Amino acid sequence: MSDTAADPRLLRAPPKKGIRLSWADEKLRGIVWQVLVVGVVVSILWWLVSNTSHNLEVRRIATGWGFLSREAGLPIGEHVIDYNPTNTYARALLVGVLNTLKVAVIGILLATVFGTLIGIARLSKNWLLSRIAATYIEVIRDLPLLLQLLFWYAILQGLPAPRQSLNPVTGVFLSNRGLKLPWIQWQDAHSFALLGLVAGIVATIFYARAARAKQMADGQPRKVWPLALGLILGLPLLIWAGLGAPFAGDIPALRGFNFQGGLTITPEYFALLLGLVMYTAAFIAEIVRAGIQSVARGQWEAAEALGLQRGRIMRLIVLPQALRVIIPPMTSQYLNLTKNSSLAVAIGYQDIVSISNTTLNQTGQAIEGIAIIMAVYLSISLSISLFMNWYNARIALVER
Amino acid sequence: MSATMEPAAHVSSAVRTDAPPAILLDKVNKWYGALHVLRDINLSVAQGERVVVCGPSGSGKSTMIRCINRLEQHQEGRIIVDNIELSDDLRSLDAIRREVGMVFQSFNLFPHLTILENCTLAPIWVRRMPKKEAEALAMDYLTRVKIPEQANKYPGQLSGGQQQRVAIARALCMKPKIMLFDEPTSALDPEMIKEVLDTMVMLADTGMTMICVTHEMGFARQVADRVVFMDRGEIVESGVPEQLFNDPKTERLKTFLSQILRGH
Repeated sequence: MSDTAADPRLLRAPPKKGIRLSWADEKLRGIVWQVLVVGVVVSILWWLVSNTSHNLEVRRIATGWGFLSREAGLPIGEHVIDYNPTNTYARALLVGVLNTLKVAVIGILLATVFGTLIGIARLSKNWLLSRIAATYIEVIRDLPLLLQLLFWYAILQGLPAPRQSLNPVTGVFLSNRGLKLPWIQWQDAHSFALLGLVAGIVATIFYARAARAKQMADGQPRKVWPLALGLILGLPLLIWAGLGAPFAGDIPALRGFNFQGGLTITPEYFALLLGLVMYTAAFIAEIVRAGIQSVARGQWEAAEALGLQRGRIMRLIVLPQALRVIIPPMTSQYLNLTKNSSLAVAIGYQDIVSISNTTLNQTGQAIEGIAIIMAVYLSISLSISLFMNWYNARIALVER
Repeated sequence: MSATMEPAAHVSSAVRTDAPPAILLDKVNKWYGALHVLRDINLSVAQGERVVVCGPSGSGKSTMIRCINRLEQHQEGRIIVDNIELSDDLRSLDAIRREVGMVFQSFNLFPHLTILENCTLAPIWVRRMPKKEAEALAMDYLTRVKIPEQANKYPGQLSGGQQQRVAIARALCMKPKIMLFDEPTSALDPEMIKEVLDTMVMLADTGMTMICVTHEMGFARQVADRVVFMDRGEIVESGVPEQLFNDPKTERLKTFLSQILRGH
């Protein structure tokens, strides 16, 4: 250390770069442009705000969020939580948010599974399978989503009335009022069994980790699936049986012109979900295909030459590399699906856009209504982005 | 061209002619579509023998050694490796791949794993070795190829020559009985070729059965028990290096040798 301190060449600081007062100076030019851009943005914002407040004043429109606690008086056909028209606008909007989430979350899950399967099928050596997948992707990708939603909705509307409904299996009815499925009368025992299922899954994850750690220590692989099966299926069944195994069916039945009881999937929700999933799955399929193909053939060969089996190669070598290519565009598709769900308004599914629109029509609170829609989509989109970026950072390993 | 061209003492031979051959190719034929890429290949490699395969590009030499661990499938004839015949039986394939290590022209290290993880992956998942043991083994081989200090880096952080030495160590960690080299120095800068060839000479010294596709004639002279010359999918000539290089019998080999020597 003392040697290096003595050597003046090692103590030389980098030269300081000053700003020249000349348009040819890179640094100065950069600062000027940034100041200009900030100035333009601020003045546009100021103009928007002052213009709006002036117009509101002239038209004597009261702003504020007071309307949220007033009675909505607006009927909503489909709600996850209890709702009736005497509830407040706030609750109506909450129902809308939950309806949007219901279609977005389930849509993202199904589109991921379905899209991945099609993407793998597209790469299959089976000629028929890969051609079917390719045709699906080309047809679905090339047609506008709105058209597809209207198409599915029209088909579902073309189904017979409840009295003449299709009845493929006992208890299942398909009519223009939607799909009716048998369900169970929900009791506390079922809730506890559901908790048992969650606990079983968590326990399985811990068990699998412990098994992996043990394998690393003594080299012997352990079969995880027998105990996993016991934990995931056995635990909830045991709890359910322990609580007296209550079971009462809730079978849909025709009463007058419509069905009573059972689980309902409305034509609006079904058409929207189907359209969104099929449309997004086509894009996801191409992303998955590109990701798998981005891994060089040599990686497969090197792993095969080492004696690894195909499943292991996929899991340990190919997927970790493919995911790094897959995740960023996948995030965009999840965001697209969520925002595209606002097309619900075209086929009468009451999502947040539909309910906000009705609200602003009834109350005249346009700015607040639009602000709510923006805030909802922004929150959902940012949550998806944050989660996916976190996941991406976790799997993006150092390469150099 | 490379330092191995100097007439170094020939590495002592460990050929065991008394034992059954390590590799036996019996009338092997292969086509790519209508293109006949391997024609009636007969080759027997004894345990401990070092064979260098040379020939012009497109002569089928890479295809031949890739058939030995079934990265390519032959369509006719028999291939027997370590007394196991290659067939559609996946168990025999697994057994053969465990005993045969391979080094590629383009290294093919796994970019998302560290150097150490590249080396321990197969021992852990195929040999079912405890992680600690696999790591100790990997460090041992990384020391032998003279890069133990790079163990925790990623492949992208290493030079080409270092990556190829890691690839050799990775294959050796499976403790193979046979090593296949598919043009291991062709993708390297001249100054890195020597470090890889030195590693291979060191490996030859241990008595490993090796088949090496290469154009490094100095390496062939120093290490090979036998040189096999291939052209247009068939074995044209084979023999000990001195005889083959100094007294080629066929026109094709003469032409090939003159082109190789002019290039160097």
